[in-house]
Amino acid sequence: MNDFITLMQKTFSNDTWQVIAPAIEDTLFMLVWSTLLMAIFGLVLGAVLFLTRPDGLAPLRVFNAIFGALINALRSLPSMVIIILTLPLAKFIIGKSYGPGAVIIALALTCIPMFARMVESSFLEVPRGKIEAARSIGARNHQVLLKVIIPEALPSLIRAFSIAVIAVISVTALAGFFGGGGLGDVAVRFGYNRFLTHMMVASVLALIILVEIVQLGGDIWERYVVKKRHL
Amino acid sequence: MEATLEKQQLAVGTVAQEPARNGENPDAFISIKGLNKTFRSKDKSVEVLKDIDLEIARGDIYGIMGFSGAGKSTLLRCLNRLEEPDSGSIDIGETEITGLSHKQLLAFRQKLGMIFQQFNLLEARTVRGNVSFPLEVAGVANPARDRRVDDILKLVELSDRANFYPGQLSGGQKQRVGIARALANEPVVLLSDEATSALDPQIALSVLDLLIDINRKLGLTIVVVTHQIEVIKYACNNVAVLEDGRIVERGTVSDVLSAPQSKTMRVFMKVNSKFSDEAWLEGAGI
Repeated sequence: MNDFITLMQKTFSNDTWQVIAPAIEDTLFMLVWSTLLMAIFGLVLGAVLFLTRPDGLAPLRVFNAIFGALINALRSLPSMVIIILTLPLAKFIIGKSYGPGAVIIALALTCIPMFARMVESSFLEVPRGKIEAARSIGARNHQVLLKVIIPEALPSLIRAFSIAVIAVISVTALAGFFGGGGLGDVAVRFGYNRFLTHMMVASVLALIILVEIVQLGGDIWERYVVKKRHL
Repeated sequence: MEATLEKQQLAVGTVAQEPARNGENPDAFISIKGLNKTFRSKDKSVEVLKDIDLEIARGDIYGIMGFSGAGKSTLLRCLNRLEEPDSGSIDIGETEITGLSHKQLLAFRQKLGMIFQQFNLLEARTVRGNVSFPLEVAGVANPARDRRVDDILKLVELSDRANFYPGQLSGGQKQRVGIARALANEPVVLLSDEATSALDPQIALSVLDLLIDINRKLGLTIVVVTHQIEVIKYACNNVAVLEDGRIVERGTVSDVLSAPQSKTMRVFMKVNSKFSDEAWLEGAGI
């Protein structure tokens, strides 16, 4: 019992905070930038996947098959491998292969294919009749996409987005191990290598709180949209 | 406001006042010739429409009747090429629908309103937003667009619901929004795909009354696909009966109903008379 109290005291001590605070900053830096990239590219690629399906609005059977296979291939690589593979690329682009900036490409590459598939499946949930109604009006494909599919899929997109952001958080923790810094790095270097349990506990707590905030934010946003539309 | 709608409608109508292209029947506004459609999948193909010939006069309310799978919805969807026919031709007014390029087709679809069994409204938009959608597609700019939406909402008696979301409306109100959306671009034809099948009888009746009203006020040609004989009786002047992708019977509603020739129509009539036979209803516990 005393051990536990000492651990807690150490976990919430100022010294620990001195290490954790900059790590949170690094994690947030990685999170924000890779989420941004993921959101943009995931939406675009998801839309491409959706539109070019054999039964889609702009069917391109062969392209869709190849493109889908590429996405799947990227998804099947473990995040760790993607990080290792892209670090030289980071050196080429930003001039160094360590630090939070260097792993952003890896983080985005890990999460974009996943989010693209989630976007595709959200779009597929939109009832065909609504798409048909838009086509019967003479809407062009981009109008169907922007004015019908994305707005109608919004609640489902928001859910997918919170799940994807949480996946980004977990990969940032892994990226920390490969020189990305952040909470994962603290957990490994201090908590694991130096047996500083309070550092481990503190970084894990910070990660948990981060995930909860993202999930809660997503839930509130989705509920707001659903309520506004009286669904 | 109704007067302006009427005028606009007539203006659209005059374009197609000339006799039909081949001059066979000057009254025919919609003319379908030798239409075929086959659905193909890997292991089988189904002929949904077989050599359909059909002429519909301007300002008519024309019923297309048949059992499920007879091809009536496919026929309707060929009229705006949501379904591409394999062969045959469709003319609406002056325009040969089957000969339009994709771009021309998109433009012409703005002149063909369509309503659906499941309404297919956009949940993300208010009633106003839903009716405004086809106008946005047609590139109507805002002061005019809002005015037009106001006019149509008045026509379908939903002005007080303009800022409601479809989720807040009853089925009948949703279908009125569907009708308003279909009328937004002043169509020359309204296509109705089982529009009343998902509604309670009394609500279905009020929606039919609205369609009849619009037909009278705007002179709008309406094609009604239904499997409900009551709808044909109540709203239509003429009817064609589809059976396995062929038109097996056609004529004025009173002729067809008084002396049904096809198996489909006789079955419909028999079921219908059973339903109105009180002794039978009592026996069935209804």
